[in-house]
Amino acid sequence: MESTILTIEDFSAYFGTNQVLNNVNLSVAQKKVTAIMGPSGCGKTTLIRCINRMHELVPAAQVSGRILLHDKNLYSMNPIIVRRKIGMVFQKPNPFPTMSIYDNVIAGYKLNGIRFGKRERDEIVEESLKRAALWGEVKDNLHRKGTFLSGGQQQRLCIARALAMHPEILLLDEPTSALDPKATAHIEELIAELKKQVTIIIVTHNIAQAARISDFTAFIYLGELVEYGTSEKMFTVPKDKRTEEYLTGKFG
Amino acid sequence: MTNQTSLTKSENTLRSQPTVETESPSSTDYAYPPDKMFFGLLNFSALCTIALLIAIFITLIVHSLPSLKAFGITFLLKKTWDPVFGVFGALPFLIGTLLTSFLALAISLPFSLSIAIFLGEYFREGTASSLLKSAVELLAGIPSVIYGFWGLFVLVPLIRIVEMKLGVAPYGIGILTSAVVLAIMIIPYSASLGTEVIQLVPSDLKEAAFSLGATRFEVIGKIILPFARSGIVAGILLSLGRALGETMAVTMVIGNSNFLPTNIFSPANTMASVIANEFAEATETIYVSSLVEVGLLLFIVTMLVNLIGKYIINRMSVRVHHE
Amino acid sequence: MNNYTLSLRIIKDRGFKTLVILFSFITIVPLLFILFHIIKNGIGVISWQFLTSLPKPVGEVGGGIANAIVGTFILIVMSCMLSIPLGVSAGIYLSERREGWLASLVRLSVDILQGIPSIVMGILAYTWVVLSLGTFSAFSGSVALGIMMLPIIVRSTEETLKLIPEMLKEASLSLGVPYYRTLLKVILPAGASGIVTGILLSVARVAGETAPLLFTAFGSPFMDVNIFKPVNSLPLVIFNYATSPYPSWHQLAWGASLVLVGMVLTLNFSAKLVTKRWKVQF
Repeated sequence: MESTILTIEDFSAYFGTNQVLNNVNLSVAQKKVTAIMGPSGCGKTTLIRCINRMHELVPAAQVSGRILLHDKNLYSMNPIIVRRKIGMVFQKPNPFPTMSIYDNVIAGYKLNGIRFGKRERDEIVEESLKRAALWGEVKDNLHRKGTFLSGGQQQRLCIARALAMHPEILLLDEPTSALDPKATAHIEELIAELKKQVTIIIVTHNIAQAARISDFTAFIYLGELVEYGTSEKMFTVPKDKRTEEYLTGKFG
Repeated sequence: MTNQTSLTKSENTLRSQPTVETESPSSTDYAYPPDKMFFGLLNFSALCTIALLIAIFITLIVHSLPSLKAFGITFLLKKTWDPVFGVFGALPFLIGTLLTSFLALAISLPFSLSIAIFLGEYFREGTASSLLKSAVELLAGIPSVIYGFWGLFVLVPLIRIVEMKLGVAPYGIGILTSAVVLAIMIIPYSASLGTEVIQLVPSDLKEAAFSLGATRFEVIGKIILPFARSGIVAGILLSLGRALGETMAVTMVIGNSNFLPTNIFSPANTMASVIANEFAEATETIYVSSLVEVGLLLFIVTMLVNLIGKYIINRMSVRVHHE
Repeated sequence: MNNYTLSLRIIKDRGFKTLVILFSFITIVPLLFILFHIIKNGIGVISWQFLTSLPKPVGEVGGGIANAIVGTFILIVMSCMLSIPLGVSAGIYLSERREGWLASLVRLSVDILQGIPSIVMGILAYTWVVLSLGTFSAFSGSVALGIMMLPIIVRSTEETLKLIPEMLKEASLSLGVPYYRTLLKVILPAGASGIVTGILLSVARVAGETAPLLFTAFGSPFMDVNIFKPVNSLPLVIFNYATSPYPSWHQLAWGASLVLVGMVLTLNFSAKLVTKRWKVQF
């Protein structure tokens, strides 16, 4: 049976007095793909941003409840440590424009002032780019800036950058919504491979994608966790009426 | 640091129970110590900027006190400026400043307005436009001492000829010459601001007028200029602010006379030029203090003019953003 | 409008356009005049000896502007040292704090500082530095120039950083990079071109300033790199020589003007180049 890596307990999130998430309870299985889906504005992005404590960067953001990583409350840790253990890839690919591909991959270390010998650095860069299925395409151009890459390649670069930190969990915030179908397919294949090493939580508004790639799915609606279960069951026999309505496209 | 929401009692109960390791989640300025220090540094530099301004104010006021006490309001009203006898009335310089600046404004206005209409309406792109834009930038970039130098050696003889033709005393130097040099110097300010606001006039307004059969001249006169009016006024104010404070070019061609100017051909002094001419040699406290007081006056007047101009610009950009 | 015949309206229209074009190009005339005179009168004066020798008393042949060039350089370097750290920090502060009473106050102060007449800056530097040190000095001149540079640097830093997309910050923060490092190592480098442009433009602005130096740096016939002594500078040379009664000195003033204008134009041009070549596209 799967073991749980992340437990979200009675978790609520606010922007000032505006409540965005209400009492979410969720256990994320280790080394599986968990999809979080729901209509726009339902709070799914807020949820994952709470997991890596990016939510609190907005003024007037507040949370209550606990999120436990292996039984340790993320909210009692230094947020910087949290973000090193939990990586994130964003909707729009955002490689650092002033850095080369090489430097982008190890940016997490470089920016933190963590130094390695050249051999170690090369190994990390190569390993991360291979894990992100990008190595073959860029290995001869490592010292060029990343801006010449296509959208899909840039996104894989961002994935490599996140993977270089050896996170336990990788959060993907609608990673393919800005990409064309071919690039999307690449990334979905990549996710299937990656989950063997890293737990993946993916936010998506694309129901078909959630059905294709996830092992577990959570459906969030208006800030509440409406339903959570194996994807197989969720997409065939949803338990909640709202889930069913969402899946059949009654609301966007 | 202060943007962070302070927790009220009720909100506190909603929060998770943090252990000793962190403080409650905060906004951009973190509990993380290096971040705190960094933002402390930023706040400090912000405060320094404000402190600098306050220090400037205080310095000017403190060093004007002797003459403020000695002369009071008569400083602005008396026309005798006699360092030898310790009599200091700044009226000649006030008049000199006002005359030169407003005359310069009047001379420059048709030109800067033409440039604004040229670049903002007739020729928005193309070689003519780039040429004119570069020329205006160049005009703005030439140091004022060079304007003064050129004015002294090229313009003054010219004005002398004009004065001889007109039958007035051919000084060459004087208020008129200063105003002409100033006018050239301030054209870029109202021209560039005017260009911007004219370009901002919504095209559907113009097209509506055109479709009713108006000529370009009529559209400019009746639609564009009224719409851009406040921006043009702001540009004028900024030009005025610049003209009021301009020192070197004026100093070199105004003639350095401390008497009340009688007409535009008279030599004179402005508030800025009298300081430039006399500060280095002022010895007695009351002399220095009077000059500093002139500086204080200049500061206040320029500041007010600039602030009004900036206020108008800010209001305009708010209006544009809301449309 | 109904009273006018169509042809009269068209005449007005054409006439107006002609007038606008005419007036616009008349404004170029003084510019051409100035450049023409500077080049014509100055070019004959420029020589290696002119650029490398010290000023000589009137009557003696062969004075130069070497100490003025060095002095201008010293003044610029020192004003940069004074204004860049404070200016960039304040600019970063303003780009991070869009709202708030302190930020508005800072913006207001910067606006006011920008409008202070240059001669008043001279008075300030005089009272603060010259009186305290008991001597005219390059340092006091740099203080005056530095305060003049400050608002431009603050503004351009703020505007540049505001343009940088939020997601760059987020990418860095999501890697567990502390906020201050994100600003210093990701945001600032991305905005470097704009900040450097602002610095170049502010230098161009103060390089030609004379009024603040009249009773601070004061000018000097000697070559002195001691910043606590008076120093010569190009604008001061031009002012002193131009207003003197000696034609030989007037010649030198034209030469110095050519050098100064060349310097200022180069700085402005470099600023444009920096923006073009170096600007990071998002």
